[in-house]
Amino acid sequence: MATHAAFMPGAKVEAPTFWGAVASWLTTVDHKRIGILYGSSAFIFFLIGGIEALIMRLQLARPDNTLVSAQTFNELFTMHGTTMVFLAIMPMSAAFFNYMIPLMIGARDVAFPRLNALSYWIFISGGLFLHVSFLAKAVPDGGWFGYANLTSHQFSPTHSIDFWMLGLQILGISSMLAGFNFLVTIINMRAPGMSLMRMTVFIWMSFVTQFLIVLAFPAITVALILLMFDRFFGTLFYSPAAGGDPLLWQHLFWIFGHPEVYILILPAMGIVSEVLPTFARKPLFGAPVIIYSGITIGFFGFGVWSHHMFSVGMGPVADAAFSITTMLIAVPTGVKILNWLCTLWGGSIRFQVPLYFSLGFIAMFTMGGLSGVMHASPPVDLQQTDTYFVVAHFHYVLFGGSIFGLFSGAYYWWPKITGKLLDERLGKVHFWLMMLGFNVTFFPQHYLGLIGMPRRIYTYAGDLGWNFWNLVSTIGAFTIALSFLVFIYNVIKTTRAGKVASADPWDGRTLEWSIPSPPPIYNFARVPEVQDRDDFWLQKHGDGHGGAPRPRPAPVTAAEIAAIHMPPSSFWPILLALAMAMMISGLLISMYQVIVGGLLTLYLMYKFAMEHHRPADGHGH
Amino acid sequence: MIQQPRTVARLVKRLDWTRLGLLTAVLLLASACSAVGWNWDTPMSTVIPKSDFGKVTHDIFMLISWWTLGIFIVVEAALVYACWRFRERPGAPIPKQVHGHTVLEISWTIAFAVVLLIIAIPTIRVIFKTQEAPAATALRVEVHGKQWWWEFRYPQQKITTANELHLPVGQTVSFQLYAPDVIHSFWIPQLGGKRDVVPHRVNHITLTPEVAGEYPGQCAEYCGMSHANMRFRVIVHEPAEFEKWVKAQQAPPVDSPDALAQQGKTLFTQSTCVGCHTINGISAGHIGPDLTHFASRKTFAGSLMNTTPDNLTKWIEDPAHMKPGALMPNLGMKGEQSKALAAYLLSLK
Repeated sequence: MATHAAFMPGAKVEAPTFWGAVASWLTTVDHKRIGILYGSSAFIFFLIGGIEALIMRLQLARPDNTLVSAQTFNELFTMHGTTMVFLAIMPMSAAFFNYMIPLMIGARDVAFPRLNALSYWIFISGGLFLHVSFLAKAVPDGGWFGYANLTSHQFSPTHSIDFWMLGLQILGISSMLAGFNFLVTIINMRAPGMSLMRMTVFIWMSFVTQFLIVLAFPAITVALILLMFDRFFGTLFYSPAAGGDPLLWQHLFWIFGHPEVYILILPAMGIVSEVLPTFARKPLFGAPVIIYSGITIGFFGFGVWSHHMFSVGMGPVADAAFSITTMLIAVPTGVKILNWLCTLWGGSIRFQVPLYFSLGFIAMFTMGGLSGVMHASPPVDLQQTDTYFVVAHFHYVLFGGSIFGLFSGAYYWWPKITGKLLDERLGKVHFWLMMLGFNVTFFPQHYLGLIGMPRRIYTYAGDLGWNFWNLVSTIGAFTIALSFLVFIYNVIKTTRAGKVASADPWDGRTLEWSIPSPPPIYNFARVPEVQDRDDFWLQKHGDGHGGAPRPRPAPVTAAEIAAIHMPPSSFWPILLALAMAMMISGLLISMYQVIVGGLLTLYLMYKFAMEHHRPADGHGH
Repeated sequence: MIQQPRTVARLVKRLDWTRLGLLTAVLLLASACSAVGWNWDTPMSTVIPKSDFGKVTHDIFMLISWWTLGIFIVVEAALVYACWRFRERPGAPIPKQVHGHTVLEISWTIAFAVVLLIIAIPTIRVIFKTQEAPAATALRVEVHGKQWWWEFRYPQQKITTANELHLPVGQTVSFQLYAPDVIHSFWIPQLGGKRDVVPHRVNHITLTPEVAGEYPGQCAEYCGMSHANMRFRVIVHEPAEFEKWVKAQQAPPVDSPDALAQQGKTLFTQSTCVGCHTINGISAGHIGPDLTHFASRKTFAGSLMNTTPDNLTKWIEDPAHMKPGALMPNLGMKGEQSKALAAYLLSLK
């Protein structure tokens, strides 16, 4: 190992030139840098998806509006959904997985740092590939759920569906690679003493999420491959006239799609489970129960998919069965909410911005969960499905839940990641504007759905009683947009001239607060010995039952630091991702490009695999 | 616990009046809005059911609504109370490090399960009840959802019509749902829940309208470009009125002797119109809507437009301009021609 250019922590790493800095980011294998890349890319995609939403809200602000055409509107809701699910919320969660998992389990990096870089670059190529469709004027227009047989060549003859289908395949590869990487990391890389039940709840929820990713994505991969065969090679898997079945797509898609919902929400639940104890200055109430609930949710998540299909006519037995499993999943979810409440109960709650967003999560997610119970009942669902009631419901879950949770995490870990504190005042303005805008946008949509407004309509007649609240909803959407401008301003302002963060600005409870902000490249100069879930808190304050604070470990010596080996940067991940993108985009351009890209991919995979291989002559490790 | 008892006066002094004022203002505004803007009795309302099917659904909806509302109020109130009651006070010591309470956790797990059981039992009863096979005496209607309009066939009455569904009040109707192209969803909000219309699969829905009136319907499954324009009208008649409508629809078409209309009839029979449209005794196309009694319908083109000479002329001249993606081709009919065709179609009462 020491024979090749491993990064030596004692040496200065800052690249002196601009291009040197760019190159160091392009070739980085540091989980923290990759986390920052994930987070910032996801935020940009989040803004793009948000702009798409604003255009849709403008179109729906009044009846018979002609701001955008039917075609454009269908493209907008397809790209909005696809972007928010695959390019915004998932990678924002991935940003926290990347940055926080090693820090919270006391590791120096993830298990496979280069694979980690590869997942990021594949994710970026998938995201860019989807958006190239705007330049190619073939924007996906089949909805984020892409129901067959509307996606068949007969009904969607342009490349629009191809962009969507191939884009999702690329993103699926990225998610699978990352999923396996984090699983191995969490299983194998925990610091000594960190048994599974001593892992923090964020790690637990991440752990469950990775299982969901590696088990759910194969289903959509299969569904997309069948679709690809139908579209490129003339097979008839989803073609009813030839004996194929469009409902096959729906089953495969939702076997993926429902666990996907938990992939989007569990990381946010994990974040909230970290933020509440920190600011209530009390351990998480019933942490094992929250962990078991998370596992149960993940497990049941695979048994509820057909509740997305109550209206397709599956028959009373299937309707009843999926209704029961769906209601069952509400039990662990409700249990979690009460446990969070009890975490606050009896605490000494310090109101700072990360906590605001976590409280927002609890308040809003509760509403989304309760409206979800309504359409767990198939007869009720028959009235609510495909209406704005459902739009309101899942925005309360995914925006009120996931986005509030993720921003709680962003404010919470910002000082750890950047070494700067975000402005509290601006953070509170952001929170209240977002809270207000969110509710003004989405609460009226419950009402609109109940009085019959369907989803995915680009226009509506003016005599149906929908006009006023649609206008209100549009105003709310712009309020949300304003809140994010405040956030961006906060980031710019504090990056330029913000207060420098200490290692432990919130009086944190977990390992990441025991190291400097931002952490050195090797995270822990000395790998910690863990004795409790709230290990760092116990070091500082004792166990609260008379036990004295644990003695601080002896200072780290220069020799210890010099002995740390970190993996060197590598340009194979980005090259390999580019080659794969070249191969896949060739499907829309030329078979020769597919072949060249494919050969290049194979070659680069070989180089990637052999980069650190040493012949077995005693120099290897 | 760590708190000192406080007098009311000290409490009042500590309150943040600005924030309290703001909160009150927001609450007042919200309640004002709810009083003004929330009219439930609208044309596509799902909460004032007008059929047996709609009613059983609505009962469950209300049951769940009350339970969830109760839970919502308890949880949100507890959240607000906890935040206020346990806020950090200057100089407060570190709170007691409570890790959990097994009995409490088990009991609320059971409590949730009981509430869900209360919801699940009637749900399952209604699922089975509403999906029973219809009685033999039910009126049969075949619904064909097509990009982007609806065809309704009454096999017992031998009637075919489009975008306008006529039903007698108090009579059980059994719908058979067919889709020749992609998946649609058949939905009349005031008469109950929706049912998808799936290619090469016959779906069913059975309901009995209980109140006469006119109800809008709409496709509820995204089905391509003009999904938003795939609407229809339902007219629930008194039984005698329904019989009258049936008789009128069964009668052969009678066109007007008016010269312009006759010119239009000639145009119709000599152009490609006949390839797609049926007018009994004149043509037998099956791709587009049956036009035998076109003028008896108040709207056309997926119930997008009122049946007026002006709208019809514009439609004939450029269908896709009126309804994006419309599959009826632009036949190049201009000026006099389109007016004549419109006159002819409008004479088919």
